[in-house]
Amino acid sequence: MSSPIVKLVAQRVALGILLLLAVSVLIFAGTQILPGDVAQAILGQSATPESLANLREQLGLNQPAYVRYFQWLGGVLTGDLGTAMSSGQDIATSIKGRLWNTLFLAFWAAIVAVPLAIILGLIAVRYRNGWVDKLISGLALASTSFPEFFIGYVLVYFFAVKWQIFPGISTVYDGMPFGERMQAIALPAAALTLVVLAHMMRMTRAAILNVMQSAYVETAELKGLSAFNVIRKHAFPNAIAPIINVVMLNLAYLIVGVVVVEVIFVYPGMGQYLVDHVTKRDVPVVQAVGLIFATVYISLNIIADIAAIVANPRLRHPK
Amino acid sequence: MADSKAKSGLLLDIRNLRIEATVYPPGEAPKNIVLVHDVSLTLEKGKVLGLIGESGAGKSTIGLSSMGYGRGGVRITGGEVILNGRDILKGGKEGFRKLRGREVCYVAQSAAAAFNPAHRLMDQVVEATLLHGTATRAEAEKRAVGLFRKLSLPNPETIGERFPHQVSGGQLQRVMTAMALCSEPDLIVFDEPTTALDVTTQIDVLAAIKDAIRDTHVAALYITHDLAVVAQVSDEIMVLRHGRLVEWGGTRQIIKEPRQEYTNALVSVHEIEHQEQQPGTTPFLSVKNVTAAYGRSHIKVLKNVSVDIYPGQTLAVVGESGSGKSTLARAITGLLPPEEGTVTFDGRPLANKLADRPKEDLRQLQMIYQMADVAMNPRQTVGTIIGRPLEFYFGIRGRERDKRVADLLDKIEMGKGFIDRYPAELSGGQKQRVCIARSLAAKPKLIICDEVTSALDPLVAHGILELLLELQKEESVAYLFITHDLATVKSIADSIAVMYRGEVVRYGAKSKVLTPPFDAYTDLLLSSVPEMEIGWLEKAIKGRRMASAGN
Repeated sequence: MSSPIVKLVAQRVALGILLLLAVSVLIFAGTQILPGDVAQAILGQSATPESLANLREQLGLNQPAYVRYFQWLGGVLTGDLGTAMSSGQDIATSIKGRLWNTLFLAFWAAIVAVPLAIILGLIAVRYRNGWVDKLISGLALASTSFPEFFIGYVLVYFFAVKWQIFPGISTVYDGMPFGERMQAIALPAAALTLVVLAHMMRMTRAAILNVMQSAYVETAELKGLSAFNVIRKHAFPNAIAPIINVVMLNLAYLIVGVVVVEVIFVYPGMGQYLVDHVTKRDVPVVQAVGLIFATVYISLNIIADIAAIVANPRLRHPK
Repeated sequence: MADSKAKSGLLLDIRNLRIEATVYPPGEAPKNIVLVHDVSLTLEKGKVLGLIGESGAGKSTIGLSSMGYGRGGVRITGGEVILNGRDILKGGKEGFRKLRGREVCYVAQSAAAAFNPAHRLMDQVVEATLLHGTATRAEAEKRAVGLFRKLSLPNPETIGERFPHQVSGGQLQRVMTAMALCSEPDLIVFDEPTTALDVTTQIDVLAAIKDAIRDTHVAALYITHDLAVVAQVSDEIMVLRHGRLVEWGGTRQIIKEPRQEYTNALVSVHEIEHQEQQPGTTPFLSVKNVTAAYGRSHIKVLKNVSVDIYPGQTLAVVGESGSGKSTLARAITGLLPPEEGTVTFDGRPLANKLADRPKEDLRQLQMIYQMADVAMNPRQTVGTIIGRPLEFYFGIRGRERDKRVADLLDKIEMGKGFIDRYPAELSGGQKQRVCIARSLAAKPKLIICDEVTSALDPLVAHGILELLLELQKEESVAYLFITHDLATVKSIADSIAVMYRGEVVRYGAKSKVLTPPFDAYTDLLLSSVPEMEIGWLEKAIKGRRMASAGN
């Protein structure tokens, strides 16, 4: 690897870490601004000034905010996310399984959605402005325009209730055989795919159409390449940077934005966990989940940036 | 009959070709226009036919029709294109794909844009050969290396491993020629292959192309607007105008005894009589020992440059691309603050940075650019564009402004009727005139003209130069005229600065600079300007004292 790439990548990573620190400050500050604190939440109605003071002392809440921030940050860095107030359980342990479930679902949704979106985008460009293009764009747009819960329930109605191919409730447990697990996530994965498909497809189409005007595309046509090969070999590699960007944004959505779909299918993922604890005002859990979501978002965007840098031959092969 | 002709050596026979396109004028119904009106031509095997004309003459459109290709919705609506004895227009899409890249190959104007930035050169050079299955990869690559060598590219063995951005423009143009030759076609369409190159590079590429055509016995359609260039490579020349044939004949006949008036106008040299003015006693603008670089780069784009500009006179700055001509303009205007040196105006130093200069200083220095299209806001009318400096510098508004705009339009020989037009409704020459009027509106002492005629057809460019000279007499404005075109310099300059790699290598009054003995670079520059004379290319190559930097 040549030096400009190493430098650019290092810059991006450093920037990402800085950004993550900033986000952690914001999350911490945000939860401090909320009225009441953990001690009040735990004691609830039975709080007396004395018991509050005692509990605050016990939990270390009477220390200044910055001290508590660094204690929290130090804990996070060593894998200690704290204890959930509502259940008294260790957050890291309860999150681990759920994070794994969320990633599993997102992974399989992405495996279907990303190649499908790109191939549909390529086909749409090949038959641009014809009926195939309009059909693809129309269907993709329609699937995005319907709210997730609507798509979810439609899927449940047909595939679980009417035809009974897949289960309507995606229960998964530890040690579940792979085949059964896949069957359980089929419907939520399909719902997620339909949600993210259009955005990626349309971006692929737009990015490729943008380079279809280039002189090198004409060169390829004048070599006698078939229309599809012109798009695949000559247009697509030059449109990759914007496509990667939108793919990564959608991958991030698959992980952090699946709350509704998880609730519909009663899937034990991060989204449900977050919603549960927001209603319980369980601040440590909300902080931990927020930080994990931010990490996912920032990492994926760094990966997109790096991929776009590496995809650029001018940076990969300097003069 | 077609077969017997093919045997007799006829390769391409275009009969009554008619090409149309649909245009969508703003606010009007779409309409059909005819781009090529029943043009016929024949080309024998191994011969070169030059297609020449101004933009819009239909030369590229005709050239591409030999591959059954129409750019941007252009349609072939009539006639026959008979290649190797068969009408290719009857072959359909599949037929076109089989002949493109195999029987007919294409060399584009800008190789820098025509190569895919994402792939290595070798992969692109052999792509058509492999696609049509005429050779294995190893054979094709061997052939490509041989062609690189023939086209005198540096490191022929390894240049194919490079990406397009790692190779200079002149080299890329030759790689593109190798790409066209690699699949051993019968016909190559060269579409302005040297127009985008520096004059010193053009001569090398032209010689390489000429040798390659001779040695491989490939036939060629050579499309260009430059008669002097086409005269070096063609056996025959066809002159086109507005999509119609004007004249077709042997190269010697066309350039020596043109039969049509239009051909005559193209052939005759358009010297503008311009009496060189003696430099006055004091320059109003002096650039003293200016050194400049972009960013924090160690590479100095300008090195210790000093020039003077006298009131009402023209200083021409010549040199090839990358020599620092435009950077000098940027340093003078403050767009790129110099690292060292000063620019003095009327005896006082100008602030280095644009932001530090008072409005009055900004008014005194105006600029006109090469691309008139992009130098104007497409959503403003001509009246607004020309009126803006009047409002900005002088606070003139309303009826008084309109009157001044009308006067300015009159000065640039465009009528009042243009006041409400948008730039898109103007021709290239008219756009440049509007830009000139805009700069004049500020009543500056100096107008910096950056390659203002380079994007224009020769006859239109000629009109612009005459206008500039006339305005200079009327308004006694000085010009800093940046160009790579020495013919232009000869017709309008009073003094000349020749730049090479950021330095002024020759500077003085026009008559002095253009009189021998020359330094090596000025000699190269002068001897590289194509002359309308058969055999000029060989003579020029032989007489060269140094190699051009673009190679």
